[in-house]
Amino acid sequence: MSMYTRAYKAAVAVPPLLWVVVFLLLPYSILFCYSFWSVSPLQVIVHSWNFDNYRELLHNPIYALVLFRSMRIATTVTLLALALGYPLAYCLSFFATKRKDLLYQLVIIPLWVSYLVRGYAWKTILGSDGVLNGFLQYFHLTRHPVEFFLYSPFAVILTLTHIYTPFTFLPIYASLEHIPRNLVEASHDLGASPFKTFWRVVFPLSIPGVLAGATFAFVLTLGDFLAPLLVGGPSGIMISNIVVSLFGAAYNWPLGAAISLCMLLLVVGLLTAVERLEKKLSYS
Amino acid sequence: MTPLLSIRSLIKRFGDREVLRGVSLDVASGEFLTILGESGSGKTTLLRMIAGFEQPDSGEIWMDNERLERLPAYQRPVNTVFQSYALFPHLSVRENVAYGLRAQGAARAEIHARVEQALAMVKMSELARQAPARLSGGQQQRVALARALVNRPKLLLLDEPLSALDANLRRQMQTELKSLQREVGITFLFVTHDQEEAMALSDRIALLRAGGLEQVATPREIYNRPETAYVAQFIGQTNILRAEIGGGVACAGSIAWRCGGSANSDGAPALFSLRPESIRLASAAGTSSPSGDAVRFRARVVTQTFGGASDLLEIVCPDGQALRARVLSGDMLEGEQRFEFDLRDAVAVRATGSGAPFAGALSADKGPAQ
Repeated sequence: MSMYTRAYKAAVAVPPLLWVVVFLLLPYSILFCYSFWSVSPLQVIVHSWNFDNYRELLHNPIYALVLFRSMRIATTVTLLALALGYPLAYCLSFFATKRKDLLYQLVIIPLWVSYLVRGYAWKTILGSDGVLNGFLQYFHLTRHPVEFFLYSPFAVILTLTHIYTPFTFLPIYASLEHIPRNLVEASHDLGASPFKTFWRVVFPLSIPGVLAGATFAFVLTLGDFLAPLLVGGPSGIMISNIVVSLFGAAYNWPLGAAISLCMLLLVVGLLTAVERLEKKLSYS
Repeated sequence: MTPLLSIRSLIKRFGDREVLRGVSLDVASGEFLTILGESGSGKTTLLRMIAGFEQPDSGEIWMDNERLERLPAYQRPVNTVFQSYALFPHLSVRENVAYGLRAQGAARAEIHARVEQALAMVKMSELARQAPARLSGGQQQRVALARALVNRPKLLLLDEPLSALDANLRRQMQTELKSLQREVGITFLFVTHDQEEAMALSDRIALLRAGGLEQVATPREIYNRPETAYVAQFIGQTNILRAEIGGGVACAGSIAWRCGGSANSDGAPALFSLRPESIRLASAAGTSSPSGDAVRFRARVVTQTFGGASDLLEIVCPDGQALRARVLSGDMLEGEQRFEFDLRDAVAVRATGSGAPFAGALSADKGPAQ
């Protein structure tokens, strides 16, 4: 019996464990090693241990600049996605009655469509021959196509907000659905107006959802490279684009590995902070 | 004296189902009134309309010359103790109790004083900093009471507040609730499906059945003088006798007794409620009743269940009519015995209440009521 249970446990636990080791721990370890190596002038990776890559990251301002821009874009997208996702989730959870399921599906449907398709869609909308400019010119709101719609941080933020709003909506909606409705009734019963009820009961109880949604949006945006690639242009470059080019055309894997590890640490630190915050905020 | 709360012809439908069919009820100031009814009788709906969580389809709710049903819930001078307590999980006990006063913008010092007083009243001062999730059911119940009472509402609504507690705690809370109500002098409108609880707590009971009021009376009156067969059966145990009346005499099978003007006219069938404890063993010697008010009959004892001070008998009359009798505990009874009851204990009841649909055959041949 005990042998059987042990075998069963192993059969269940080993495959995922193996997966984590082979596809997560091993690559990270390799990445870790690479970040301390260097590239010779002959474009050969030299396995000599040094801190040159990290020194380069600190001294060349381009990396800090792009990282800062990435974080700014990620913050903006997170705030916008929350600003769109929260009211949507709130209305759906508290006020939609008959069409609740339908509306929920409508919010989810964009997630079924490939990320790339949605990125290209924005390209079509924002381009100089795009739908938006066509519309503006048709109504004589502008004579020449507006160029800054596409290939700008604006386009990146717009695209990423569109893509990640459902990611903030879902956890917020789930946390709102979990709030017992008699708490809202109790609040009204005790003389609190709907406005006060929202700020003193509904919102505090939905904070775990807000934090989860914000984390999704921020982390996914920070590491995004497709949207900047499709609609970003030179001014919309983000940190992941640099990593991609370092591992590709530039052939500087060690430096790319160093940036990747810094990003990883940043994200892990952020997740830990959010987890702490959530524990602190949730009573009992 | 004008009543504190006056409900007039309240009607509520959910879809095509009529949950309340024109309920009218007055509640006096300082009264402990219980709305009693089975699940689905509409009692919680009635309470929720007074609190403001549901809107009536028609009818009026008056309180202090004000149309209550036109106000949103947060502007009504009533507070509710919810069945599941509905304590705010993200706030401490103290913050829960302070919630109402804060929402209404009371001064900080006043909030503090009144919250402490309310917590002391329900003996929860020591646990004031705890989260509600860490409290037992009885403690949560007390916090819910304090949270409502601290606002000094004119009317406190209690929606089956004790139903989640176990039997012992429940009895204890009943006692506390009653003394608390006397102490604060606030009008309590209490909803329950438990008739014993209603009898123990209330000044008056309003018995609701299928959305209509069957009877509104004091516990004693409603027990001793039920107006309908339903009331008699719902409150305690009873025997319903279906009698034919002729020439001032009611005749239910082999049992016959004189009945006054209160019963129906000649020839009509009438229902009478006879409590099991009203039936007693007739003394073997006497053949005629000493006062002339006792009604005697013979019946065969089928079962005898020991119940401490009294025994419950199931007896069958020669005509096949089955009755229940509660007699003082004594020797085992066998075979045919002589029983008697006092005339005034056979209470004429209507088949249905005014608000309820026709009840169908509520007759004695269905056997004694449970």
